[in-house]
Amino acid sequence: MTADLALIWPELILTIGGLVTLLLGTFGGDRRVGLYQFASLLTLAVGAAAVVALFGTQASVFSGTLAVDDFGGFAKLIIYAASFVCIAIAPRYFGEGMRAEYSALIVFATLGMGIMAASRDLMTLYIGLELNSLGSYVLASFMRGDDRSSEAGLKYFVLGALASGFLLFGISLLYGFSGTTDFAGIARAMGGGINIGLLFGIVFVIAGLAFKISAVPFHMWTPDVYEGAPTPVTTLFASAPKVAAMALLVRVVIDAMGSAGPALAAWQQIIIFLSLASIILGAVGAIGQKNIKRLLAYSSINNVGFMLIGLAAGTQQGVEAVLTYLLVYVVTTIGAFLFVMQLRDADGRMVESIPAYAGLSKRQPGLAAAMAVFLFSLAAIPPLFGFWPKYLVFEAAVNAGLVPLAVAGVVVSVIGAFYYIAIVKTMFFDDEADAVIRNDGSRIEGAVIGVSALWLSVIGYLFIPMLAVAAAGAASVLF
Amino acid sequence: MSGLPILSLMLAIPMVAAILCLFLEARPARQVALAATLLDFALAVLMWTQFDIGGAQWQFVERADLFGRFQWALGVDGVAMMLVVLSAFLMPLCILASWESVKERVGLYMAMFLIMEVIMIGVFVAQDLLLFYIFFEGVLIPMYLIIGIWGGANRRYAAYKFFLYTLLGSVLMLLAMIAMIREAGTTEIPVLLNYDFPPEMQTWLWLAFFASMAVKMPMWPVHTWLPDAHVQAPTAGSMILAGVLLKMGSYGFLRFMMPMFPDASAQFMWLIFGLSMVAVIYTSLVALVQSDMKKLIAYSSVAHMAIVTAGLYAFNQQGIEGALIVMLSHGVVSAALFFCVGVIYDRLHTREIDRYGGLAVNMPAYALFFLLFTMASIGLPGTSGFVGEFLSLAGLYEASSWAALACTTGIILGAAYMLYLYRRVVFGELTKDDVKAMPDLNPREWAIFVPLAAVTLWMGVYPESFLAPMRGDVTTVVARLAPTKPAGDAQLAAARPKAAATGDAHHAGGVQ
Repeated sequence: MTADLALIWPELILTIGGLVTLLLGTFGGDRRVGLYQFASLLTLAVGAAAVVALFGTQASVFSGTLAVDDFGGFAKLIIYAASFVCIAIAPRYFGEGMRAEYSALIVFATLGMGIMAASRDLMTLYIGLELNSLGSYVLASFMRGDDRSSEAGLKYFVLGALASGFLLFGISLLYGFSGTTDFAGIARAMGGGINIGLLFGIVFVIAGLAFKISAVPFHMWTPDVYEGAPTPVTTLFASAPKVAAMALLVRVVIDAMGSAGPALAAWQQIIIFLSLASIILGAVGAIGQKNIKRLLAYSSINNVGFMLIGLAAGTQQGVEAVLTYLLVYVVTTIGAFLFVMQLRDADGRMVESIPAYAGLSKRQPGLAAAMAVFLFSLAAIPPLFGFWPKYLVFEAAVNAGLVPLAVAGVVVSVIGAFYYIAIVKTMFFDDEADAVIRNDGSRIEGAVIGVSALWLSVIGYLFIPMLAVAAAGAASVLF
Repeated sequence: MSGLPILSLMLAIPMVAAILCLFLEARPARQVALAATLLDFALAVLMWTQFDIGGAQWQFVERADLFGRFQWALGVDGVAMMLVVLSAFLMPLCILASWESVKERVGLYMAMFLIMEVIMIGVFVAQDLLLFYIFFEGVLIPMYLIIGIWGGANRRYAAYKFFLYTLLGSVLMLLAMIAMIREAGTTEIPVLLNYDFPPEMQTWLWLAFFASMAVKMPMWPVHTWLPDAHVQAPTAGSMILAGVLLKMGSYGFLRFMMPMFPDASAQFMWLIFGLSMVAVIYTSLVALVQSDMKKLIAYSSVAHMAIVTAGLYAFNQQGIEGALIVMLSHGVVSAALFFCVGVIYDRLHTREIDRYGGLAVNMPAYALFFLLFTMASIGLPGTSGFVGEFLSLAGLYEASSWAALACTTGIILGAAYMLYLYRRVVFGELTKDDVKAMPDLNPREWAIFVPLAAVTLWMGVYPESFLAPMRGDVTTVVARLAPTKPAGDAQLAAARPKAAATGDAHHAGGVQ
């Protein structure tokens, strides 16, 4: 037991750090928000350091319920980094409304995401997922006075509870028909063929997880929640939990259902359906959107679809592609949402309507150029780095023999490109809008935008060898 | 030439200048862009002089394992080198052409053009399949912005159409590339060129590549983006679009589709001939009725590129060499013609043919240059157009006399629409007052026209300078295609390609 504790340092650090932040907040009041913010950032940084220190370890702790491996480590690093950014950018957005709970809630949600990425048992899976969700529901409605924020929180909660129900039902079926909650045990039970009970279990578990990654047809909450939640929280929703849920889905699918054997065909066709549906709906649904946050929500649905192509391949190469995709996607998304946070109109309100960006490139050339990089990168137009993960998922699909899926994917990606370049059109081609838009971002935010835009421009390609080693190391754990 | 990484340098110079231009005011940005493009052209000329004709197939090879899965692998054969020289030659002229007409966001404009240069050169020198794709697709972003920001009234629609059309074609090629890499286990183009893909696989790969290259070329019936893009793009944008971007498609045919998929190429010969025949006749007829000068020249580009495809798919030395000369010639001549339009557009701000007339009276120098390029476009002996069209049609005749018949008819129609255009714009009475007030060429315009005219005549009088570096590569492709080449319907005596090519060239020179 003690030996096990030494292997979950990241989780311990986050737990303690989150509690300390909360206690500080209880006794310090809302005036010293800087202190809580600092405490939580430090917690995440130290936690990330602990994850790095544990790289190369491969163990399963607490009677095999939690895995300590590079796959979890890779996902946790992205998650911690994304949460770090989302805490760092919050005070300027909330201003007076910033409270101590914000930092603590993100730390706890992050803890839950870390557990999701590391779980290898249906029980830890559920605990991690709920820990993350409970934090997220509160965060979505963090601006209590704002109708849209409250609505977002409520919607997220109700639909999230429904999804949890699906998931629990699936879990109970899997447990009932395999006699164990352990992923490896389930895989063994499925090795001898799957019966109708296990099949239903697979369907319901994947449906529950599809809600978390907002894959179609479980995506309905995404645009509303993204639009309603405060932008720093939306940034979090679009990045870290996606990584956690996707990592979890990969683990469930590959570890518990198996990358070979009778269950393969069962889960593969579900994933393929989710993937194609997400790509198509994500691309088509975005076209009419006027609100940039809603548009980015559809963009995230679309991107999840592409990630699922990699997962559908069911090979190590496919999982590597998913991991690389996640990293590049998170960088792009954080950059894009930071862009959204930079612009305010004359009254100091956030500018979220796309037509208001007209002619932005004349007034804010640097910012507009960075956003153009993010958008072209999301559209996967080379030479921007967003092309590379898409290439990897298509390569994995073709190598796994899923050529029709790949063909459908690339063709629909052209529809997706349309709405990205439409925003570029608004910013670069259109005449300036009347509304005065000012950029009052901090230097730190500007630096994050700049660095991510630079990385996503051609410079990212120089990191391919490094990324490939990391992704291969992480993915090899599952095979 | 060992030691100096000349190709990387040619990519690095415009890249650095592009970044610099983003931060500069209008005047210094123009100067930096001009200096960088001239320097690049100097390097291109140096490369041309250093190119060892008859030496190794791939020269100036560079290789750096930067990206893990694929490489920074550069190198040129004769064909690629000539296209690089063409790009580097046109670039400073484009910068000069937009010296005064572009007044807004000059830094960004120059940066986009310099990035275009990086990408164009990159396409031709890439020796790695993925690197090639990255450059090939990369052209979308700067061109989208150039058309969209500095274009005409309907620029948004044109920019969208250009972007989405070309993207849709290319993504299928990407999948084909993935399949090729999987099958052959390498991304290196020189290796893939000699890899024998299974014939049934070739069919699919060929079709996927065709989807991309046919749009880029563009071939009828997927050419419709071109007139829109040309009409709306600024003058220099049209020059580079017609001059170099269209050549990417035909370069793709020659570099990838023919040597890599010889079986499929033979199998689809009828398709290429059929589309080329339709394109030549149909687009020439469409060009005849245009009232917009740029649109007319855009349609003539489609017709010329159809002669390129037909010549390439003749599968013989003459046809391919001719197609290559048409590519180079069209690169120079169509850029010049677009500049001809640009010159008078800058003065009167309309492209309507009817708004002009009688320019020969008040703009004699302009009329002279316009005449030269009109004749070159028609293919008058002594100009570059003749050499290319004659060779490619002679080659085509060996493969299919029907295709040759249709394409030759296209040339007659070409003469019709170009002369008709010239008559309406330059001849006739000088009646309109605003047209009367138009001044003749200024020194900057002279500086653009003179090199273009010199090259047009040089290529027409002594094409051997251009053909010599490419001949070996054409022979390689022809040899690669020989086993699958269908018998032609023309019952000719054994061809002597080399002697014939030189003979024609000298003959053309003699007439002049």
